[in-house]
Amino acid sequence: MNEYITLSLILFTIGSVGVLVRRNAIVVFMCIELMLNATNLAFVSFSRQNGNLDGQVAAFFVMVVAAAEVVVGLSIIVSIYRARRSASVDEASLLKS
Amino acid sequence: MTAFWFLAPIMVIAALGLVFARKAVHAALCLAVVMISLAVLYAAQGAPFLFAVQIIVYTGAIMMLFLFVLMLVGVDSSDAVKETIGGQRLAAGIIGLIFGITVVLAIGQTVSGAVVGLKAANGNGNPYGLSELLFGKYVLAFEFTSALLITAALAAMVLAHKERLTVRHSQADIAARRMREYAESGRHPGPLPAPGVFARHNAVDTPALLPDGSPLESSVSDSIVGRGQVRQGFEDDIDKLVEQVGDEQPRDESFGGEK
Repeated sequence: MNEYITLSLILFTIGSVGVLVRRNAIVVFMCIELMLNATNLAFVSFSRQNGNLDGQVAAFFVMVVAAAEVVVGLSIIVSIYRARRSASVDEASLLKS
Repeated sequence: MTAFWFLAPIMVIAALGLVFARKAVHAALCLAVVMISLAVLYAAQGAPFLFAVQIIVYTGAIMMLFLFVLMLVGVDSSDAVKETIGGQRLAAGIIGLIFGITVVLAIGQTVSGAVVGLKAANGNGNPYGLSELLFGKYVLAFEFTSALLITAALAAMVLAHKERLTVRHSQADIAARRMREYAESGRHPGPLPAPGVFARHNAVDTPALLPDGSPLESSVSDSIVGRGQVRQGFEDDIDKLVEQVGDEQPRDESFGGEK
């Protein structure tokens, strides 16, 4: 059981470092997806440990919310790209005083 | 367990590839590897329904959406190597390492107890058990999910909609503008020169050569120039050829020297 949770934590850590390090907005988004997937793995593993399916239902809901989030996030990226001709997270700094 | 020990290194390497890959398309492929391996791990852990959903929704729909947006936004070099905040990468790496070690140690000490397994819960089949929970205990959350999906679809339509702010240029307008530019600034009204003309290759990444042998930059597409994929080394190519030919027979000067 511990191996699955450890793998999930390693993937989550790699995803969070990717969010901090990468500049391309789409790659930052992919790193967020990696973090969501890592939590899903933890949900499924805990579901097996506890012997009920509630964890799998939680993972299912995470997947649905991730699908909705990806749709909105990617359309925001596309509209920012249309306005500023760049997909870099450093370029979108209009709110900075 | 064999599946786990086989797939875990692959997943960690692919996840690292997602962070370190220079090109966004390579990062997307690494993420697809992680997602498919995760699906196999779900199947190995008594979750065949989530195995199917993971492959259909994540690798099928979400990764395709990512690749489509990459195509729309363009594979440009927006991932600059330059750091905006000094030392940010090093700091992020150190913090990530500390975070990972802390969490792994904490979990290693807290997660214990016997693994019950899903034999009993999957007695009637995994989809049956899931649907009983989904339409029984979690039915309200399920209904909210449908509202969320409708809202997301509407939001995507609103965000992707583009209002036409300027007049649409017809073909006649464009032709008239080209001729006006030709009269005013002498810009050539015809199409741009094709790549590869008089060069040693006719591929699109090869600039056409001018009569004096120098490459003509405007003959190559802007996106190829932006990615830095223009074919280099014309001078060497021709020099080598000239040497080979020159060794065997003296050049006939009457054929006009391109070099």
